[in-house]
Amino acid sequence: MTSGPSAGQQAWLARRPRIRFLIRRLGHLLGSLAVLVTLSFAMIHLIPGDPVRIALGPKAPLELIRARKHSLWLDRPLPTQFGHYLQGLLTGDLGTSISAKLPVSGIIADRLPNTVQLAGMAFVVIMALSVPLGMVAAVLTRDGRRGGTELAFTSLTGFFATVPEFLLGVGLVVLFAVQLHWLPVAGKGGPGSYLLPVAALSVGAIAGLARIVRAETLTVLGEDYIRVARSKQLPARLLYLRHVLPNMLTGTLTIGGLLLAGLVGSTVLVENVFAWPGLGTIVVSSVVQQDYPVAQAIILMLGATVLIINTAIDLILGMLDPRSTILDS
Amino acid sequence: MTNRRRRGLATALRTPTGCTAALVLLALAVLAVIGPAIWGESAARIDVAHILEGSSARHLLGTDNLGRDIFSRLLVAARPSLTLAVLATLVAAVVGVPLGAMPTVVGRRTGRIVNAVIEFSVAFPAILLAIFVAIIVGVGARAVVLAIGIASAPGAARLTQTLAASVAGSDYVAAARLVGVRRWRLLWRHVLPNIAEPLILNLTLAVGGALLALSSLSFLGLGVQPPAYDWGRMLEQGLGRIFVTPVVALAPGAAVVIAGLAFNGLGEALAQAVGARPMVGRRAGRSVGGPVGSPIRPATRPASMAKAGVAGQDPVGSDTLIVSGLTVSFPTPAGTVTPVRDVTFTVAKGEIVGIVGESGSGKSLTALAISRLVPAPGVVTARRLQFLGGDVLERPSPALRRLLGTSLAVVFQDPGSSLNPSLLVGRQLAEVAEVHQGLRRPQAMTRAVDRLRAVRIPDPKRRARQYPHELSGGMRQRAMIAMGLMGDPALVVADEPTSALDVTVQQQILRLLRRVNTDTSAAALLITHDIAVVGELCHRVLIMYAGRIVEDIDVVTLAAGPSHPYTRALIASVPDMTTRRGEPLATIPGRPPQPHEIPDGCPFAPRCAHATDQCRVELPPLQPAGSGGRVACWHPQGTALPSRFSANGSRS
Repeated sequence: MTSGPSAGQQAWLARRPRIRFLIRRLGHLLGSLAVLVTLSFAMIHLIPGDPVRIALGPKAPLELIRARKHSLWLDRPLPTQFGHYLQGLLTGDLGTSISAKLPVSGIIADRLPNTVQLAGMAFVVIMALSVPLGMVAAVLTRDGRRGGTELAFTSLTGFFATVPEFLLGVGLVVLFAVQLHWLPVAGKGGPGSYLLPVAALSVGAIAGLARIVRAETLTVLGEDYIRVARSKQLPARLLYLRHVLPNMLTGTLTIGGLLLAGLVGSTVLVENVFAWPGLGTIVVSSVVQQDYPVAQAIILMLGATVLIINTAIDLILGMLDPRSTILDS
Repeated sequence: MTNRRRRGLATALRTPTGCTAALVLLALAVLAVIGPAIWGESAARIDVAHILEGSSARHLLGTDNLGRDIFSRLLVAARPSLTLAVLATLVAAVVGVPLGAMPTVVGRRTGRIVNAVIEFSVAFPAILLAIFVAIIVGVGARAVVLAIGIASAPGAARLTQTLAASVAGSDYVAAARLVGVRRWRLLWRHVLPNIAEPLILNLTLAVGGALLALSSLSFLGLGVQPPAYDWGRMLEQGLGRIFVTPVVALAPGAAVVIAGLAFNGLGEALAQAVGARPMVGRRAGRSVGGPVGSPIRPATRPASMAKAGVAGQDPVGSDTLIVSGLTVSFPTPAGTVTPVRDVTFTVAKGEIVGIVGESGSGKSLTALAISRLVPAPGVVTARRLQFLGGDVLERPSPALRRLLGTSLAVVFQDPGSSLNPSLLVGRQLAEVAEVHQGLRRPQAMTRAVDRLRAVRIPDPKRRARQYPHELSGGMRQRAMIAMGLMGDPALVVADEPTSALDVTVQQQILRLLRRVNTDTSAAALLITHDIAVVGELCHRVLIMYAGRIVEDIDVVTLAAGPSHPYTRALIASVPDMTTRRGEPLATIPGRPPQPHEIPDGCPFAPRCAHATDQCRVELPPLQPAGSGGRVACWHPQGTALPSRFSANGSRS
C-alpha cells in the first residue's frame, strides 16, 4: 500500500496498454465526478447573500427562515453539511423539494424516464441517419463530382446545423401542429407526441454530424490504401463498409461524442418548448423558483451524464484505434 | 502569413455567401445603433384598446398584451440582443484567452493541468454551465451574460491555446526564449501580437454563437427579465400565442436565425478562403481526391485493330500488356491539361519494363491508367489498352474485374499508407482470394499466410494477425507484393516501390521483385525516377518526358549509349565511382515544361544542346531505332556514350 504498485505490477500494466488506458480514464472520470459533486454542493454557498432569504423574500418571518435553513442543513458547520450531502448521494436521499414538498429522488424518478426516452430516441435517430447520409453524400460528390448535389448538401446541412434546436422546435410546432394539425403541440401522450420533440432534437445534430461524416469519408477516400483496395477490384459494398467505414469512424466519433454530450443540454431546451415532463422542464422552473435541492440534484445528474458519455466515447475510441495513438495520450 | 489571412478576408467577401453574410451583419449593426432611437417610442407605446392583435396594416406583426407594436419591439430588440452577445463574448475572451495562453508561459506541469481543465470544460454543454451560474447570481441579463461568457470561455481558451502553440514553436519565439526573454514578456511581446488577428476574428464570429445561446436562455426565462426584452424573451412571450398568431413567435425566432446564419456564413466563407490553396504544382495523380474508376472510355478506338498507330508500331500478338495511343487528360479551370500523351508500348510475358522520368513526366499516371485507377475528373483514352486480351477500357464486367483483381498486382510508393490501418494484414490479403477465387475465409487466410511466407516475411502466421502499423516499412512493402501474389499475377505494376524505403531495404525489395518475376514469370512494369534501379532490374526501359515516351531502349543499349539527348543526360547525371568529388554533380539545366505549357515541337528542345529550329516547331515521332528500340528525336546521337565529363548540358 505504502510503496504504491510494485515494479512487477507496473511492468504488467506496461504490457497491457488497453488496461492501463482503461484504468487511467476511469480515474479521470472519478476525479471529474468528485469535482462535479463538490461544485454542486458548493453552489448554494456561492450565492451572494443569504440564499434562503433571497428565496423566501425580504418579508419572510425569521422563524420560517430558520426552519428552512435547518431543513436544508444550512445551519450546521460546512464539513458536516458536506458529509451529510455525500451520505445522501450514496443512499439516494437528495433532499426535499422546497416548492413541491416532495422528496427530490421521487421527482427525478418520475421524470428521468421521460428525458431518457426523448434523448435516447434522438440519439438512435441521429446515428441511424447521419452516418449513411454523410457517406452517401461523400461518395456522390467525391473528386468534385456533382457540384449541384454538393452545394445542396452543404447549404441544407449548414442551415439546419445553425438553427438552434429550440427555434426549430417552435417552427415544427407552428407547421405540423398549429397549421396542419397533424401532431400535438406539446406534452407527452401517444406515439405522435414524440415525433416533434425527437425531430427538434435530432435534425440539427444529424446535419452537423453528416457534414463531419462526409468530410471524414472524403479524406479516407483519398488515402492510398483505398486506391489499393480499388486495385483489388472489390465490390463496392466491401470497399465502403470494410475499408472506408472503420477508418472514418474515429474522427466521426470524436466530434460525434461532443455532439452527444451537447444533446444533454439540447434536451433541456427542447423539453421546455414542448412542455415535456422531463428533467429539463423541472430544472428550469426550479432555478426560477430558487428550489435549490431540485436544481442541485438535476445539475449533478445531467453533469454526471455528460462526464460518463465523454468517458465512454474515449474508451470506445481507444478500443477502436488499432494504432493505440489515443491510448498513450 | 498575416497577408494571406487579410487576402482571405477579401476573398471571403467576394464569395456570394461571405458577401451576403457581411451585408446582413452590417445591417444588424446599423439597426442596433439606430433602432431604439427610431422605433423606441412606438415599441413602448401602450394601447389597451388594441391588445394581442394579429398582423394588420398598422401593426405588421400585431400587438402584445399591452397593445405595443411587436414589429417595432423586434427592431428595438436588436440592440439588447447584440449587446448582450458582444458582452458575453468579451467575458469569454477575458476569461478564456489568458487561460489558453497560460500553457505556453507556465511550466510543463501547470500547463498540463490547465490543458486538462480546458479539455474538461470544452466538453461540458454550455447550457448546464449557464443554469449553474444562473442559480448563483440569480436570473437576469447579468446572469446570462456571465453564464454564456463563462460557458464559452473554454472554447476561447482552446482557440488561444491552438494559435499560441503554433506560434510558440516558431523560430523567433525559440530565439527569444534562447536569449532569456522572460515568459510573460514572451507572451506579451512575441506570442499574443502574432495571434491577435485570427483571435479577434474568431471571437467576432463567436458573437453569433453567443447570440443563439443567450436567446435560448432568455427563452427559458432565465435571461432578460421584463420589462426589458430581447429576441429570446419575445419568442418566449410569443410561444403562448402560437395557436392564434404564430407569426408573433416566428418573427423573433427568424431574427435570431438570420443573425446566427450571418455569423456562421461569414465564418465559413472565411475558413474556405483561408483554407483553399492553389492546386498549381501538385501532381494530379497523387493529390486529387479519391482514386476511382474514372470515366475511362474508349475514344478513337477503331473497328479494325489493324489500323496502325505511330509509324506502324501498333503492337500485336500475345503480349501481356498492350498500350496504344494512351492519353490521360484533366479538365482544369485554365483549360484541359494532358499529362500523358499518345503513349504506346507493350510488355511481353515475363518481361520487366521500366518507365523512367522526372516528376510530372506522366509515368505514374500511365501506371494508374493501366490499373484503371486514374482519379476523377481525369479522362483516359486509348486506341487500345489490353491486359491479357481483356479490354481495360470497357465497362467493368465481372470477368474483367476478376481478371484485373487476380492477375494485375499494384505496388505503390509508400507502404506506410498502402495498407488499410484498421484491418489485419492477413485479412487484406485474404479478401482478394475470397472475392475473386471463391475461397472461404479460413482457406483464404491460410493462403495469405503462405504468400507472406513466399515473400520471406518471418513468422508469417503471427504477422498475418497483426495490424499494418506493427510491421516495418520493408515488411509492409513485402506484404503489398504478397497481396499481388494472392491471385495468379501476370503483371506487377510497381510505382516507385522503393522510394520511401531505406537503402538497405530497397535492395531487398528489388531482389524480391526479380524473384517474383523469375518464379511466376509475371511481367513487371517498374515506375521510377532512379535510372540506376532500372539498370539493375529491368530488361527494357521507356524514358518519358513531358507526357510522352521519348526513348524505348533495352538495358544493354542503355548502358552502351542511348540515342536521345535526354536519356544521355539522365545517364550522365548518375554519379558513380569515377565521378570527381571536387566537381559539382552533373545536372540537366532548366526544368521540364508544365503540363499546360507544352510546346508544339520537341518538349526537350529548350534544354537540349543539339536542338535546331526543326526541333522547336515539329514534334519528332517515336520511330524505330537501332537495336530494336524506338526514339523520338530529330537528331539521335551516336551509339557510343561520350565521356561523362563532356556530356552535353552538364557544364553549361
